Amino acid sequence: MLRILLNALRTGVVTTRYPATPSVPPDRFRGAPVLRPGTGLPPPAVCPTGALSERFDAAGRHVALDLARCVFCGRCAEDPWAGAVAMGRGFELAARTRANLRIEVVADDPALAAAGPAPEPDVEAAGASAEIRRVLGRSLHLRHLDAGSCNACDWELTALLNPVYDVRRLGIDFVASPRHADGVVVTGPVTRNLEPAVRRTFEAVPDPRVVIAVGACAASGGIVGEGYASAGGVDRVLPVDVYIPGCPPRPEAIIFGILLAIGRLDARRRPPGE
Amino acid sequence: MIDPALTDALRACAVGAVGAAVGPRPSDLTVRLGRPDDLPAVVAVLTGPHAMALATVVATDETATPDGDLKVRYVFEPTSLDAPDRFVTLLVSVDAARPEVPSLTAAVPAANWHEREMRDLFGIVPVGHPDPRPLVVHDGWPAGIFPLRKSFDGSRRVAVEPAAEFPHVVAEGEGVFEIPVGPIHAGIIEPGHFRFTSVGETVLHLDARLFYTHRGLEKRMEGLSPLDAFYVAERICGVCSLAHGLGYCEALEQIAGVDVPPRARLIRSIALELERLYNHVGDVGNVCAGAAFHYGTATGMRLKERLQQLNERLAGHRFLRGLVVPGGVRLDLAGELLGVLAATLDDTLGGLDSLMGRIEANPSVVDRLDDTGVLPHQAALDLAVAGVAARASGVDRDARRDHPHAAFAGPEPPDLRVVTVPDGDANARVMVRALEARESIRLVGELVRRLEPGALQVALADPLPGGRIGLSAIESPRGEAIHWLRTDARGRVERYHLRSPSYHNWPAVALAAETAIVPDFPLVNKSFELCYSCTDR
Repeated sequence: MLRILLNALRTGVVTTRYPATPSVPPDRFRGAPVLRPGTGLPPPAVCPTGALSERFDAAGRHVALDLARCVFCGRCAEDPWAGAVAMGRGFELAARTRANLRIEVVADDPALAAAGPAPEPDVEAAGASAEIRRVLGRSLHLRHLDAGSCNACDWELTALLNPVYDVRRLGIDFVASPRHADGVVVTGPVTRNLEPAVRRTFEAVPDPRVVIAVGACAASGGIVGEGYASAGGVDRVLPVDVYIPGCPPRPEAIIFGILLAIGRLDARRRPPGE
Repeated sequence: MIDPALTDALRACAVGAVGAAVGPRPSDLTVRLGRPDDLPAVVAVLTGPHAMALATVVATDETATPDGDLKVRYVFEPTSLDAPDRFVTLLVSVDAARPEVPSLTAAVPAANWHEREMRDLFGIVPVGHPDPRPLVVHDGWPAGIFPLRKSFDGSRRVAVEPAAEFPHVVAEGEGVFEIPVGPIHAGIIEPGHFRFTSVGETVLHLDARLFYTHRGLEKRMEGLSPLDAFYVAERICGVCSLAHGLGYCEALEQIAGVDVPPRARLIRSIALELERLYNHVGDVGNVCAGAAFHYGTATGMRLKERLQQLNERLAGHRFLRGLVVPGGVRLDLAGELLGVLAATLDDTLGGLDSLMGRIEANPSVVDRLDDTGVLPHQAALDLAVAGVAARASGVDRDARRDHPHAAFAGPEPPDLRVVTVPDGDANARVMVRALEARESIRLVGELVRRLEPGALQVALADPLPGGRIGLSAIESPRGEAIHWLRTDARGRVERYHLRSPSYHNWPAVALAAETAIVPDFPLVNKSFELCYSCTDR
């Protein structure tokens, strides 16, 4: 017992200060792709999940990227498209609508600036319903709902409870029963075999409740897409409040998305007591 | 390689024709049986005198080809230590009008789920199989529709019908009751349904129903360019991302006929050990959660987090996705990163030793682990159990040595100490993990020392050669995973099949749980630590 105490003291505090202090991912991290207008933009077929699309109008070729579908594999940023697409390091990508996760550039008009992720978080934050924020803003209890994930998103949710991220310090916790929960965090594209369980779990959560779709599969179907065994995203089955892109989103990206869901992004950059 | 002694023995017991050919790899043998009914006798020769075990079963729909049939390939692998790295494939042609094969399950228990899966997905009936229940498709799946048949369009949703009660083994008698658990669990874990039949706290029987996370990924990959399908293979499972991505690449590289450069092979093996390490260290911590030893849980989580942050620095991804690509690796390991790697592993070793010291000195943990969830040696062999679970029951199998891959496939493979413990209980599985984690740290050091300047990738032809089969076996954190890939005439994915270690190990969990009491089930389950997603696909 004494040794355990000594070990714990020797280890000290390992907990991150995020979101009060910004987090910078390592150099090789593949965050939101940045599209540079120009003719070098890749054809849609490059993307393994169909996140890239193109359309043509009077202004020329428009190339769009859907962050909800993106699995951040970086293939569109490799040769020969490396000059046109770069994998940025931005990871705070959660948004309240799928439309806000769409980046579009006009490929043939280099006069336009490079496009990054569209959503403006503070404006987004104002969109959280006053009711959700009033009731759940300070103490949020979530139920995890695995709707057929590959388990990467699940393990990142588990990481939120480790000593480094420790989301309980933010008044957020995970509970065992949907009846004790204020909402669900859903991972996976909603498989056919889980669809009844997904519906029943959601129905057991009392109102007001939030639904947070974690990761590309939950947000859009991701690499799985729609098929005989997959609904192709949580919003095909449940009303989604916040979409968190990533494959999987890193733990801090999930924290960002949860705070967005309850309209608490003002907690960012403002350490307690200031 | 054709082994005349083996082919003669197989011919001797078969009534119909037996054709032997080399393949899929040059060291492998494919035996075509003219008469499916010869299967049980031929299999008995392989599993008996030749001490082979079932590695995987792959069904294919070839009704649209000139063959006009369905085919089933039963792939066996040697189990004795001195045997060469050779897969023996028994190939059976199945008449599409009367799709039946004799069931092997009664003689080869490891065939159980494979046969139920091909009945669900291909409509090939294993005649004489003891379990008539569906496995992969659940409630209300329309009768007569087989999703992996080529005529089935897999891109549309199939409606969910209201379900009847899950058919399970029912025990009756005074004081016998059932405890249904899942599919949605009380913690952050993957979905599965466990139906315990108990008397008091003692588990009489456990019926595990899985395949809730069946996403149809094998169908999803069909028709894609193998280079595109790689991104799906890498995402079948989160915590096996590197191993499964690598196994797919090795199968693909066999088809392409390319040799991966030595530096890329070393980096692949380093990454494979890093994946094993973060899994094993985290799993030791998770077992502590099952025994309510919170210091151990928090320490395991902290060590694992540090390793995943290392992954993110080395590969840009906490689960190592995006490092391996078909033909090699995308990122180099050099300079400052090697220093970070060495320092982190050094700290991890210290942290792991300290954690194991606290666990071993804590009777309340050791008492819970000791003699809990015992998997007997013979059961591990019968079920063809893989990885940590097998080695903790004294089965000396490790694909890094038995089917050399990545850096182990080179001319001077690194030295590998395969860890085995005979006891078969939860404690043995924790011990194996701790010893293997230390071995992984040592191995990474050795692999880094071997790094020489050189190319990271070799180009693959596009389109790839058509009509070829790739077969690879990778020692993932949970054990041997078998990848089977075939290209069609245009070089696209015709069929891909993954047999994950968890696929063979889940039935062992149910068996081991029957020696435990209900409150110890989480501990038994965590000591096996299997994936649902790479079982269900």
